[in-house]
Amino acid sequence: MSAARQRIAVIGASAAGLAAAEGLRRLGWDGVITLVGDEPHPPYDRPPLSKQVLSGAWPPERTTLRDPGRLAALGLDLRLGTRAVAYDPALRHVTLDDGERTVLECAGVVAATGVRARTLPGTEGVEGVHVLRTLRDALALRRRLAEPGRRLAVVGSGVLGAEVAAAARGLGHRVALVGAQDTPMERVLGREVGALLAEVHRAHGVTLYPGRTVTAIAADGGRARGVELADGTFVEADDVLVAIGSEPAVDWLRGPAAPDLSDGLGCDRYCAAAPGLYGAGDVARWYHPGLGRHIRIEHRMNAGEQGLAAARNLLAELDGERFGERRPFEPVPYFWSDQYDLKLHAYGVLAGAVRTEVLRLGEDPLRLAALYGGPDRVTGVLGIGLTPRQARSLRPLAAGPGTWEEAVARLGETVAA
Amino acid sequence: MNITVDEAKCCGAGQCVLVAPDVFDQRDEDGIVVLLDATPEAGLHAAVRDAATICPAAAIQVHE
Ligand SMILES: Cc1cc2nc3c(=O)[nH]c(=O)nc-3n(C[C@H](O)[C@H](O)[C@H](O)COP(=O)(O)OP(=O)(O)OC[C@H]3O[C@@H](n4cnc5c(N)ncnc54)[C@H](O)[C@@H]3O)c2cc1C
Ligand code: SF4
Repeated sequence: MSAARQRIAVIGASAAGLAAAEGLRRLGWDGVITLVGDEPHPPYDRPPLSKQVLSGAWPPERTTLRDPGRLAALGLDLRLGTRAVAYDPALRHVTLDDGERTVLECAGVVAATGVRARTLPGTEGVEGVHVLRTLRDALALRRRLAEPGRRLAVVGSGVLGAEVAAAARGLGHRVALVGAQDTPMERVLGREVGALLAEVHRAHGVTLYPGRTVTAIAADGGRARGVELADGTFVEADDVLVAIGSEPAVDWLRGPAAPDLSDGLGCDRYCAAAPGLYGAGDVARWYHPGLGRHIRIEHRMNAGEQGLAAARNLLAELDGERFGERRPFEPVPYFWSDQYDLKLHAYGVLAGAVRTEVLRLGEDPLRLAALYGGPDRVTGVLGIGLTPRQARSLRPLAAGPGTWEEAVARLGETVAA
Repeated sequence: MNITVDEAKCCGAGQCVLVAPDVFDQRDEDGIVVLLDATPEAGLHAAVRDAATICPAAAIQVHE
């Protein structure tokens, strides 16, 4: 390798990018590591944005992923406030939008640019319309919710919408939760558990508008005043959070010789999209050998694990003698969500299940363990209101080779143990 | 190696326990991480570093 090639660029300076950079150093890469992030902040964590930051429990600095000393110790060529705008897969050149369009010659690249919040067309610049993806978004919404007695309409009843509804109720605001699904988080949790969650939100005073789509956000003098629903309902609001999903941030990878960019950066089982190019975190859609298909996961846990795996496999590709063989990335996905005093833990893949088995544990309807998957195997498990040990003990059911019937039979004894 | 954990950040994911069970455990009631060994032997260092990197709440600090 020529001297100019001794650089690995990690694009995206958040959870996955930081894990990749840390992994590269730790595994022994002594060349340059350029970490490029278009946000001005050093790497910070997103899950607290819809929880502790929105509620005001944490000052924003608390979300920082590594303190300055530990970040400095990695010896990174850190370029914040800088966007990658192009990638040449043949030359392994990354172009930066830093005023001079600097071109980085790289031995390898890790793409960890995450996703961007989807917006509703025509709402740009309307005051009081929010999305929640970045620290900046969270602080803008937080400022509004810091004043008492607001009316918040949340458009989208997925994980993010449900968490924000809970946080805003905790602050005493009037909250409407509008979702195209019949129950909150239905796409992930299914209808039965979603219905339980709907009850929790109702009991906490959230007004639910299930199975409804939004046709427009009404504004007066450039300021939101509510949302119009397809069935003619008008929901008055001072602020509107649009939480209708996200789009992978792959624009910088487009070009004539671009890898597969349909639904994120398409990668193989090693997280490789092309020679020298690896994907990690929310942006990466990779082939999961255990599941036998491509999957893209927007969970915090996966960002760290995949960042590390991508770093390891990139080094193995660049110098197998020194860094060993590449290994397929085959994790058991994990995610959690906090709403009110409920904690949801899930292992494996819940979304897309054709059958579920919900085991209620006693009187409290919100203590349960559930299996997801089918027709003949379990792909995911969910625990609500379990001790962490119980929740973790469910993990093998999602990862194991057994049949659906065997898992159902083991479910009871697993949580009882 | 010296490890510290930030209990207030921990979200009870238990991933550290899966990766390095000799070093981390979880409280039964709320799942908050319990540090079993703040200065583990060298053989455990790689697992501990992995745990710190993948901890989804960035609650584990490793000082070397
Ligand atoms: C409010 C909120 C709450 C969440 N809560 C949970 C939860 O409870 N549990 C859970 O498991 N997961 C949760 N998640 C998901 C979790 O945060 C993500 O899975 C994780 O952040 C993914 O990390 P990442 O590094 O892949 O992507 P990101 O965190 O999106 O980081 C990508 C970074 O790359 C930057 N970037 C994009 N394009 C470019 C470019 N061209 N050049 C340079 N930089 C670029 C972006 O600005 C960003 O800083 C939550 C997410 C949000 C937004
Ligand atoms: S992995 Fe992190 S968040 Fe999970 S229990 Fe361990 S310290 Fe807590």
